[in-house]
Amino acid sequence: MTSGFTRESVAQISEFQNEPPWMLERRIQAFQIFEQLPLPKTNDESWRRTDIRGLNLEQFQLVTSNKSQTNGRYSELFSGVEEQENSGLIVQNDVSVIHSTLSDFLINKGVYFSGFKTALDERPDLLENYLCQTIQSTENKFNAMHNAFLQSGYVLYVPKGVVIDFPLRVIVSLSGESTADFSHTLIIADDESQVTILEEHLSVDQQGQGLHCGGVEIFLGRNAFVNYAQVQNWNKKVWNFSTQRAKLERGANLRWITTSLGSRLSKLDQLVEMNGEGSHADLLGLTATHARQHIDIHTYQKHAVSNSTSNLLYRNVLKDRSRTVWRGMIEVDKGAQKIDSYQQNDNLILSKRARADTIPGLEILADDVRCTHGATAGKIDQEQVFYLMSRGLSYNQAEQTIVNGFFESVLQRIPLEYLRNQLQKSIVGKLQLN
Amino acid sequence: MSDNLVINNLRVNVAGGEILKGLSLSVKSGEIHALMGPNGCGKSTLANALMGHPNYNVDSGSVTLNEIDVLELGPDERAKLGLFLAFQYPTAIPGVTLANFLRMAVSAVRIVDGNDAATTSLVPMREFRKELRGKMEELGVDDSFARRYLNDGLSGGEKKRAEVLQLAMLEPKIAILDETDSGLDIDAIKVVGESVNQLVGPNLGVLIITHYPRLLNYIKPHFVHVILDGRIVESGGWELAERLEAEGYDAIREKHGVEFVQQTDPKLDAPIQI
Ligand SMILES: Nc1ncnc2c1ncn2[C@@H]1O[C@H](COP(=O)(O)OP(=O)(O)OP(=O)(O)O)[C@@H](O)[C@H]1O
Ligand SMILES: [Mg+2]
Repeated sequence: MTSGFTRESVAQISEFQNEPPWMLERRIQAFQIFEQLPLPKTNDESWRRTDIRGLNLEQFQLVTSNKSQTNGRYSELFSGVEEQENSGLIVQNDVSVIHSTLSDFLINKGVYFSGFKTALDERPDLLENYLCQTIQSTENKFNAMHNAFLQSGYVLYVPKGVVIDFPLRVIVSLSGESTADFSHTLIIADDESQVTILEEHLSVDQQGQGLHCGGVEIFLGRNAFVNYAQVQNWNKKVWNFSTQRAKLERGANLRWITTSLGSRLSKLDQLVEMNGEGSHADLLGLTATHARQHIDIHTYQKHAVSNSTSNLLYRNVLKDRSRTVWRGMIEVDKGAQKIDSYQQNDNLILSKRARADTIPGLEILADDVRCTHGATAGKIDQEQVFYLMSRGLSYNQAEQTIVNGFFESVLQRIPLEYLRNQLQKSIVGKLQLN
Repeated sequence: MSDNLVINNLRVNVAGGEILKGLSLSVKSGEIHALMGPNGCGKSTLANALMGHPNYNVDSGSVTLNEIDVLELGPDERAKLGLFLAFQYPTAIPGVTLANFLRMAVSAVRIVDGNDAATTSLVPMREFRKELRGKMEELGVDDSFARRYLNDGLSGGEKKRAEVLQLAMLEPKIAILDETDSGLDIDAIKVVGESVNQLVGPNLGVLIITHYPRLLNYIKPHFVHVILDGRIVESGGWELAERLEAEGYDAIREKHGVEFVQQTDPKLDAPIQI
């Protein structure tokens, strides 16, 4: 059963899932805002460089029932990685969870890791408290849409003091023609807990168009340590919108790796709030675009309290007629002293017709802070190409080597070797440099 | 088989300005040639043109290696043919380790069966590591070198050592060393000199570009050439280097003067036959 983005659909989703009344209420509220808001236009400052006039929401369908999907591809990136003991895996196809496991070991420790629907049944308490707390419907139509129609994604809760040694893995895949996906990632890492999550977004076939209007929320309790890697690898017909938020309490440590490889057009809005003293966020980004892909990422590092630090490094490689936009902001609130905060975006442009816009920004309302920002965009250096070719490498090999080197400063900050290797491989594959 | 690089009456312009004005020279395997000349006379231009740098345009003349037209080939094909250039100013490639790069380069020049697939196959890791470690030891290069990024954040001398290490690994037929001695400390000159000496055997011909006869104390050249204003004006043996050291370039400049540049001396323009 499929239908459009109507109030009836909202009711249907809620009924079908047998949701608690508060959830329906929230949906209806969000839906009303969704109805009122227009799609963002380029006269909107934050959408100035991203034109979505080609997007027609009516082309996409809401999936309001489970359809069985058994032949969904598992993982492009981590196919070689066996399911680990003491870990967990969720595989979602369109809006249905087709695989969900969590080791007994972790269950016994009180870890909760489930698809959204199951979580709503089993842990409404978690959802009522945390879900969409940081994603404001009024901000834009996509947020409102997400809040009104979300019915997939997953919830992870790591109790106080629990340290998970092996990465938890999530695969969110799209296979249906014109499916609209509103998957939500909700991660709650309680005080002193530690966890690594590898989340991959992929299309099962390379043809079907799709819409992903997602949300990510990560809550880090005191001294919690979260590694979160999201690899976006949709096919080139998927529209990708995502609002992503993290909140860090005292002493919390977040390492967030955003890899953007796929989609026709992406608009990512990432906000990380350092709300507790001693909190630290490492924000890493790898983007590789080709053909006519358009990837627009806004990052926002907000330091609300003293003695917090953040370090952002996003690197983009562009080919063909693709385009990237990065706009960064560091905000240091009044009275927040002893802040170290960095942002850096570098772009390596491999073809004449690709274009990278890079716009760093600072908004500092305190005086005892150390903030730097930097932005570069440049073509591939022909002296480097010549040097490598003079040693026998072909032009393509030389280019690939330079691209690998360019991404290395981001990759070397990723502690998981196989993630590093797989990311490098998939980037090279995506750019088809050999 | 003896390899033979023949440069005949080569004219090269850079950004429209003629730098090499009819230069001829030949280097065979087993031979060591030294090329000396004042700053800006075109030594590096020759080196870059031989290796196929896109900014160095060949207007006329020819370059062949074993009778194969080198000028028709891209830099990678020249490398595969057996040409090697140790750069005066090696380019930094951040994020690429010397070891990873060298494995690709060694694979590229050794695995030559022409098809594209072969360019992506690599020499086995264990074999490669062992060989690299051996060569690094011979050259007195620290182990950590292999994991450092290519010429990135290396001192001047370290870069030159890295060039010699690459030379040793790639085993070319003809190597051009462009001021590989400058930037090296006295001990390093000795090490580099001795190791190049070791590499020179019946299978390698070397063209050494240098300002200092010091290196030549370790690598005794069979031939010394003086380049002035884009062409070779004098060739001789070891004694020519000694004379230069004593008299400087002025004496040679005077001798050949401006008139020389205008006239063509068929004897000097012809490849030097040895
Ligand atoms: N890429 C370039 N662009 C512009 N001019 C160049 C370039 N390369 C060389 N030249 C010019 O060509 C001339 C010869 O330079 P070249 O580097 O060959 O000299 P050299 O003999 O190697 O000098 P040195 O002893 O200082 O290394 C110089 O006038 C130099 O300015
Ligand atoms: Mg020079």
